[in-house]
Amino acid sequence: MSIALPAMKVRLSPDDLVMRVGIVLFAAVLLLIVGLPLWALLAKGFQDQDGKFVGLANYAAYFSTPALLHSAINSFHVAAVTTLIVVPISFMYAYALTRAVLPMRWLFQGIALIPIFAPSLLPGLALIYLFGTQGFFKALLGGGQIYGFDGIVIAQVFYCFPHATLIMVTALATADARLYEAADVLGASKLRVFFTVTLPGAKYGVISAALVVFTLVMTDFGVAKVIGGNFNVLATDVYKQVIGQQNFSMGAVVGMVLLLPAALAFGVDRLVQRKQVALLTARAVPLVPRPKFARDALFTVFCTVVSLGILIILGMAIWGSLIKYWPYNLSLTWDNYMFEKFDANGWESYFNSLRMAVGAAIFGTALMFVGAWLNEKTKGFTYWRALVQLLAFLPMAVPGLVLGLGYIFFFNAPNNPLNFLYATMGILVINTVAHFYTVGHLTATTALKQIDPEFESVSASLKVPIWRTFARVTAPICLPSILDIAIYLFVNAMTTVSSVIFLYAPDTKLASVAAVNIEEAGTTAAAAALCVVIVITSAAVKALHLIADRYLLSRLQGWRRR
Amino acid sequence: MSYLKVRNLHKRFGDFVALGDVSLDVAEGEFVCFLGPSGCGKTTLLRAIAGLDPQTSGTIHQKGKDVSALPPSARDFGIVFQSYALFPNLTVTDNVGYGLVSRKQAKGAIVKRVNELLTLVGLPDSGAKYPAQLSGGQQQRVALARALATSPGLLLLDEPLSALDARVRLRLRHEIKALQRTLGVTTIMVTHDQEEALTMADRIVVMNHGAIDQVGTPQEIYRNPTTAFVADFVGSMNFLTGKLTAPDRIEIGGRSFACPPQDGLANGTAVRLCIRPEDVRVRDLPADVANRVTVEVGELDFVGAFCRASLKAPSIALSADFSSNLMRDLGVVQGGKLDIALPPDRLRVFAA
Repeated sequence: MSIALPAMKVRLSPDDLVMRVGIVLFAAVLLLIVGLPLWALLAKGFQDQDGKFVGLANYAAYFSTPALLHSAINSFHVAAVTTLIVVPISFMYAYALTRAVLPMRWLFQGIALIPIFAPSLLPGLALIYLFGTQGFFKALLGGGQIYGFDGIVIAQVFYCFPHATLIMVTALATADARLYEAADVLGASKLRVFFTVTLPGAKYGVISAALVVFTLVMTDFGVAKVIGGNFNVLATDVYKQVIGQQNFSMGAVVGMVLLLPAALAFGVDRLVQRKQVALLTARAVPLVPRPKFARDALFTVFCTVVSLGILIILGMAIWGSLIKYWPYNLSLTWDNYMFEKFDANGWESYFNSLRMAVGAAIFGTALMFVGAWLNEKTKGFTYWRALVQLLAFLPMAVPGLVLGLGYIFFFNAPNNPLNFLYATMGILVINTVAHFYTVGHLTATTALKQIDPEFESVSASLKVPIWRTFARVTAPICLPSILDIAIYLFVNAMTTVSSVIFLYAPDTKLASVAAVNIEEAGTTAAAAALCVVIVITSAAVKALHLIADRYLLSRLQGWRRR
Repeated sequence: MSYLKVRNLHKRFGDFVALGDVSLDVAEGEFVCFLGPSGCGKTTLLRAIAGLDPQTSGTIHQKGKDVSALPPSARDFGIVFQSYALFPNLTVTDNVGYGLVSRKQAKGAIVKRVNELLTLVGLPDSGAKYPAQLSGGQQQRVALARALATSPGLLLLDEPLSALDARVRLRLRHEIKALQRTLGVTTIMVTHDQEEALTMADRIVVMNHGAIDQVGTPQEIYRNPTTAFVADFVGSMNFLTGKLTAPDRIEIGGRSFACPPQDGLANGTAVRLCIRPEDVRVRDLPADVANRVTVEVGELDFVGAFCRASLKAPSIALSADFSSNLMRDLGVVQGGKLDIALPPDRLRVFAA
């Protein structure tokens, strides 16, 4: 049958119109905060200092400068080694959390998360106290020094550990008990079960974790800045080119080089994720580990060792921040917390961070949730929705430093009507929302996909406008996910250094940036103190979130009870 | 004049034809079932009528008004989904009143209407509960009350009973049918359960491969299926393959059977002869009975009130339903011989 029938032209309802206008606006916002800044960065790489087009000259200069090229190799080297260390440790740790019976499991779980609440500076500072020129255990290094490759790797392991562990826990937690029972009944040995059931089930999680760690290390700036010494990496190169030498074009080129592995890792991860569908069917029976002494004892010891490592690094930073004059006068003092002695902004930078984090949490969550809702629920309009999806995924592949650099080029351009935003709190909030956009968008989309898709059909049949159903039904149902997004944004806004380091003005300096500056000026203790304040704040907010999730939500949302 | 008039509806997803030239009339107050296997297009047709997934081409008129291009919110219908799609965070009262609130009616009037509806569906005291606190059958009724709240001219039910267990399903069949009769609301129900369609519908629309195979009352569909597909899909059916030797004679394995005259089929046509298991005759066969066959009794499947027996003769295999009484009286046992007759007026013939 190939009669060309004229396609039905369906009249749009007011709902459809509202949604489509919403999508267009939303796409415009994403274009402004993600697309155009990246475009500006890309363009800058082909211009000279005065903005004249010079083709590939900058790239040619880059690749003919051995020092710069060497940084790329260094970055790759550090990232690869860190990945090789973190992945097995976090796999074992996650395995212990999900498949063994641990005493005080919640405690081990909580300790594993600690690094997330710290700026990446913190492990670097702690290592300086432990192994630095005046470190406690410097003798252990036997003439070697912590500044450089070793220091970066150790600090990165600390910093990346929770990210990898969270992914592994998710991968290992979704196991089907029936598969294990079947393997058991068939008489498979423990080892065989591990290699034929456990590992294949967690395979994608392992790959994903490896890619995430690799990207984190490649693009992180704080660790290398503090403990890198003369060991240059791509991230510090961008900083040096832009802040040190004011060579924006070369900064853009290094940024593009930095973008490449991150984008590549992201692409591979998406491909891998796509294969992972339907591993767990709806009828799967969740696996609940049964106590087994030898295994549980072994894993408890392992987790204790890892947890101690994390606690030592955190504890060292806290202790160091409280000490008068390392290592000569170990008496305790609050002096290092009098930030006005070390930085013109004093405590103001901390309050700036709080303001920025609250702003990012509120505006970011609203934008991410409403945006994801528009994209999920709009009918037709395929191309616009694909554009939105692309723009929402882009930030995941873009390192913070690169995005921050793009913001300079885009928002600081004199002919940009938005350049009034430059050097305001607003641009810090916008940049942070953009930088962490993908995870929030994904969280919201996942939550929305779990809701009955017919809610909107029912509303339409009852002549109730779609936005009313959004306010009365959709948003209330998704409240836990909305809170998750807000907390995620808050914590990341508190700890991020990389994307905002180019964008602050004297009166909008953030705590994490102030810590970098103070450390640069040589006052390790005050930098550690500032990091500790950040850790306490974000961990406290996370704790409040957990409490709210458990008690408040169950009271507010009685409908969830059966 | 028909209440709902569907004409030449086509629906295509890429190269896949979900609906191919479907036309249908539904009278006011009628209860119509769309019946068919999964993927036959019954839900696609329902969603096109609702405007949720508009057709590629074709027209739909409701109460004389062309609604073909209207969005769902501009059409007049209430709908119940297989999942019920109840709002989990709203109480039963708020769910049922959901469509009334936005019509800006007085609060008192809304409360009165909601109570009326809850009484109607047999849940007068459940208004303060949340959906998760109700059983599946109760949720179903709330969904029904919500769909009826705005007094729509057309009620659409998309597999409303398939998520329920067998016992509740039976009870709700009767309740929905009784409710529909009381309210007189024109109703279309989609189902893949032929028993459900047979017991509930005024008329059944049997669909297959995106097209309508047959439309008729339950009796017509069951007694006089017009296609082999309908014969096979609705109820149990035996199929014997043979060849037409005269307009009213069929040869199967060298044996000749009488059948109703076939005007449309030429002699020599390969055909399928159909008879329902309950129509196979065994008791009190007259000596000159038509289509007598001596068969061997194969397996006997005990189904409760009756037994389904597999019967075999050379190039003939069919099943027949025997009551326990009959089994006792005639001494039917596995491996025994039995004389049966295939009454010509119970036979249907389709081109193979």
